[in-house]
Order: sequence, then C-alpha cells, then structure tokens
Amino acid sequence: MSEKLIDSGNNAAAMAVQLAAAEVIAAYPITPQTPLTEKLSELIAAGEMDAEYVAVESEHSALGVCIGAASAGVRAFTATSSNGLLYMSEQLHWAAGARLPMVMCVVNRGIGAPWSVWNDHQDAMSQRDAGWIQLFAKDHQEIVDITLKAFRLAELVHIPVMVNYDGYYLSHTYMPFELPDAAAVKEFLPAYEYAHALDPQKPESLNTVTLPDSRNDTNGVKQPGYMDIRHNLHQEMRLAMDVLEEIDADYQQRFGRGGAPILDPYCCEDAEYIVVAMGTIANQFRDVVDRLRQEDGLKVGVLALQVYRPFPTAKIAETLQSAKGVMVYEKGLSYGNQGALYADLKSALYPYPARPQLHNFIVGLGGRDIRTEDLCQTLKTACQQDDLSAPEQTDAPQWIGLQL
Amino acid sequence: MQTPSQQMIQIRWHGRGGQGAITAAKVVAEATFKSGYGGVVMAPTFGTERRGAPVSTSLKVSREKIYDLSPIQFPDIVVVLDYLILNEVDVTVGLKPGGLLILNSPRPLSDHPFPDFRVAVANVTKFGIEAGLRKGIVNSGIIGALGKASGLVDIEVLSQCIANEFVGRKPAENARAAELVYAATEIREPSRGGSHA
Repeated sequence: MSEKLIDSGNNAAAMAVQLAAAEVIAAYPITPQTPLTEKLSELIAAGEMDAEYVAVESEHSALGVCIGAASAGVRAFTATSSNGLLYMSEQLHWAAGARLPMVMCVVNRGIGAPWSVWNDHQDAMSQRDAGWIQLFAKDHQEIVDITLKAFRLAELVHIPVMVNYDGYYLSHTYMPFELPDAAAVKEFLPAYEYAHALDPQKPESLNTVTLPDSRNDTNGVKQPGYMDIRHNLHQEMRLAMDVLEEIDADYQQRFGRGGAPILDPYCCEDAEYIVVAMGTIANQFRDVVDRLRQEDGLKVGVLALQVYRPFPTAKIAETLQSAKGVMVYEKGLSYGNQGALYADLKSALYPYPARPQLHNFIVGLGGRDIRTEDLCQTLKTACQQDDLSAPEQTDAPQWIGLQL
Repeated sequence: MQTPSQQMIQIRWHGRGGQGAITAAKVVAEATFKSGYGGVVMAPTFGTERRGAPVSTSLKVSREKIYDLSPIQFPDIVVVLDYLILNEVDVTVGLKPGGLLILNSPRPLSDHPFPDFRVAVANVTKFGIEAGLRKGIVNSGIIGALGKASGLVDIEVLSQCIANEFVGRKPAENARAAELVYAATEIREPSRGGSHA
C-alpha cells in the first residue's frame, strides 16, 4: 500500500532510497545532507533495509566506495552537499567516465569560503561538466519520485545521476508526500544487473590508460580510443532525455504521478513573459505568476527546469522561442561571467530568429532570503521594461536582495 | 482577490534552543495534516543555534498545496514558549492586526497588554509539572493553548499526535499537559484593530 505522510525532505529521500533497495550506502556527514544518511544508517541498523552502510573518512572515499560497489554490480547510493561534493569532484568524473550507474542526492548548499551552511545551487552548478545527469526536485513528492526514477535511469543508460534538492527549504522542512507501495516499486525497479560486473571467472581490463587512437583488442575486435569513449558518453547522455521520458511515462502509469520529467511549465501556454528557474524557487514563482496575472494583467508563466544536464536544448527553445521576454532566476553563477543557467539558455535560443529578450537575476546566494515581494517587483519591472539600454548592460546579471 | 495569506494560516513559533519549538510545530503540522489540510509546511529557521538562545520556526497551513516556502513575514499567529523572550525579541513583528499571540507565562493575562492583538496566556510550565513532566518541558503543553485559542485542530487530534511524537518519553503525561493547558488558557480579544480571520 502506498502511504501518505508528513516528514522532512531528507527523510523522504532516505525512504525513497530504502524503497529503491540500494545495497551499498557510503557517505560522510555534511550539513544539510547529514539527516538523510543518518536515517539510512538507522534503517540498516534496525534491519529494515538490507544494505551495507560503509562509514568513510571523506566524501572522496564515499564516492570511491560507490564506484567499487557499482563496478561489482551492486546498487550504490551516496549523498552530500557543498564542499563535500567538491571534495568528490575527481571521483565524479571517474564514475561518469567509467559509465557506472549510481545515484547521489546533493542537498544544495552554498560553497565556502566564507563558510555557509545555507542554500544555493553553486555546488551542483560547479559540477555540471562532470558527465553526471543532474535532476532538480521542487518538493518532497518530487524527491521521492525523482530518486526512484533516477535509479532506473542510471542503470538503463549507464550514467550516474545526481538528484538535487534545496538545503533547508526542502531538506529540513516538513511537508506531506506519498510514499509508493514497496512491491510496486520492486516491479518498477528490478534488481540491478551489470554486464561488466567484476568477476574473477571473467577477467576484463577496464579504464586503463586508453590511447588517443582506437585499436584492436586481443581478440582482434576494434576498441574505441579515449575520444571515442568520451563522444559516446556525450551522445548517450543526450539520448538519456528520451529514456527519462519513457521511464516517467511508466512511473505515471504505475503510480499516477508524472508527465513533466524534463520541463514543468505553469501558465506558459499563452505567456508573453516566462520565468525559468530550478528547484523550490520555481514553485515560489507559481504564486507570483498568479498574482501578476490577476493584479496586473501580465501574461506571465514559469518554467521549472527539472533536468539541467543533459541540457534540454530543443525542448526549452521550443517552449520559449515565441515569448517576448524570458527571465532566468538562479542561485549560482559562473564568476566573472553570468549565471550558468542563463548562459545555457541564451545559447539554446541563439539559433531561433525571433528569440525573446533575456534577463538574468541572481538570487538567494548562501541562504539570503528570497522574498516573494522582491520576485513580484523584479519580474513586473522586467516585463514592463522597454529595453533601450546597451546590449552588454541588458546581458549583465542583476542581483536581488543585496545588502551592500 | 484573495492573497495567499488569506487562504493560508501562518504560524511563527518563538522558543529557546533546546526547548522543543520545532518538535511542537512538527506535532501541529502532523495534526493539521491528519485533520484534512492538504498544504502543510513546517520550516525551522536555522542559524547559529545555541541552547537557551532565542530560536524560531514557521508553520504554514492551507487547504491547498503550498508552493511558497519563503519565511513567514506576516504571521496570523505567533506562539511564544517562554514569555521572557518578549524582552529579547520583537515577537509581534509582522503580526497582522487582530492576529493571535499565544504566550507561556506565569503572569496573568492583564500583565500582557497587546491592544492590537488577540492574546492567549497560560502558565504552561506549571501545567507541565502538574501533568508529571520534568520542570521546563513546555513544548507539549503550549500546543493545548494553540488548540484552544486558534480552533485550528481538535484537542483530541492534538493529544493523539503528541502521544505519537513522544513515544518512549512520557507520551501520556505530555498529552495530559496539552489537555490541562487547553482547559486553562485565557483569551482576550483585541481592544483595537481588525478581527482575526
């Protein structure tokens, strides 16, 4: 039986990982992720989850253990935040390059220095080029549903998946959600079978020094070189979007929730101005959209981006190309340039001749309050602005809520 | 039109680190959810908490799903687990005129003049001891005052949720504390300003 309950986002994630029957959990505590892996260690200690919990001395080792487990054909999970994710960075690239399926929750938090334990997206954004699939959840229900889909996706495409959710806004907040039936999850997510699982009876040479050129192996079969392997990772990551849609359709049929695994639009059909955002702030904008439509008659909508890598270039351009203005609100940036999401979006829209005017807003870094009133005002101003300023000025990010 | 705050009841809790304000808010979150509110968001405010220092947490309750997780700016209800916090924190900041202020205080209602607000006072600390709890356990009792003054959730549901939360930690005594406080809470209507929704 599925179960409706109210609990924290971290516990929701832990219960999803329990339902997914992960077999190895390796993690190192870091705020605001800690309660998630604490809960998993409790479930394992209480005999409610049949898994090995490996306590490690660092995040680098945590992902190292997951790489080992996945190489042996075992379903592995870890979780981290902020500087912990950065400490894993080398292993992130390794897991993706080795094409090892695993799932990691990243409970998004600002990066030090200076230290912050509060939320922004700089941790996830800084790892966008590591070759992981990056998904973003907006509420507890999505944490559960996306985590379950993430395991199946990772195992089908052999690419590791990062499930991002906002620190504190979701991790420590109590909200209602529905936990699917365990037996039904088992049917949706069958046991992990890995064709190249380490096996002394079947020795293989994996991820050794790979020459620039392709060459024949000992059996005379042509094997790809480094560049070919990397090309395939890119291509298969692009195709992973279709796989995710198929998985989502199946999930929706079984559990009744889904339909927007890549882009989740709200009031976008007739919108002249569309906000693009990831995570909880996209949901906060739903109330802003309602207000500006009712009070100011502005045709606004919000498009939540659920998948950041692979970037849904064509889908997002299709949705946005006929809008007058697109406002990107993001909790991170590429220092010295502009918001990373903004830059990605701009690049996606470039081939479309009637592309909309774009605005970039930086918001909520290190947990700075994101006041709904500020979102209303900045969006309204951006909608009503006749842009006569110089292009480089329009293109520069605007910071919301600065206290300089 | 209705603003989100009219459809939503926003409750801000003030307590001291270690006093259990978050647990109290969690119990009420559970109770409102069980009572049919589909939108419940209990969000603790995290700072540099220390035992004894003032802390706060927020609870939003609505019939519909809640999309805005930003901190409460204009609460409908403010709950204070220790009246001495009134000397340290402006607990009524943002409280709507006619809004409800709930205090754990050993002093009579007349000692807490807040003419703009509906004020509810109970000596929660005393009733905690009467119910068989260690001195200073107030997070279960204060829920009774909230139940009485707000009418948000039936006391039976609140008692049940308290007993569930405090399993292994005097569940019956904690539920009893809330019931005693429920019966003893004194309420004064605002002497000026609007009425509470």
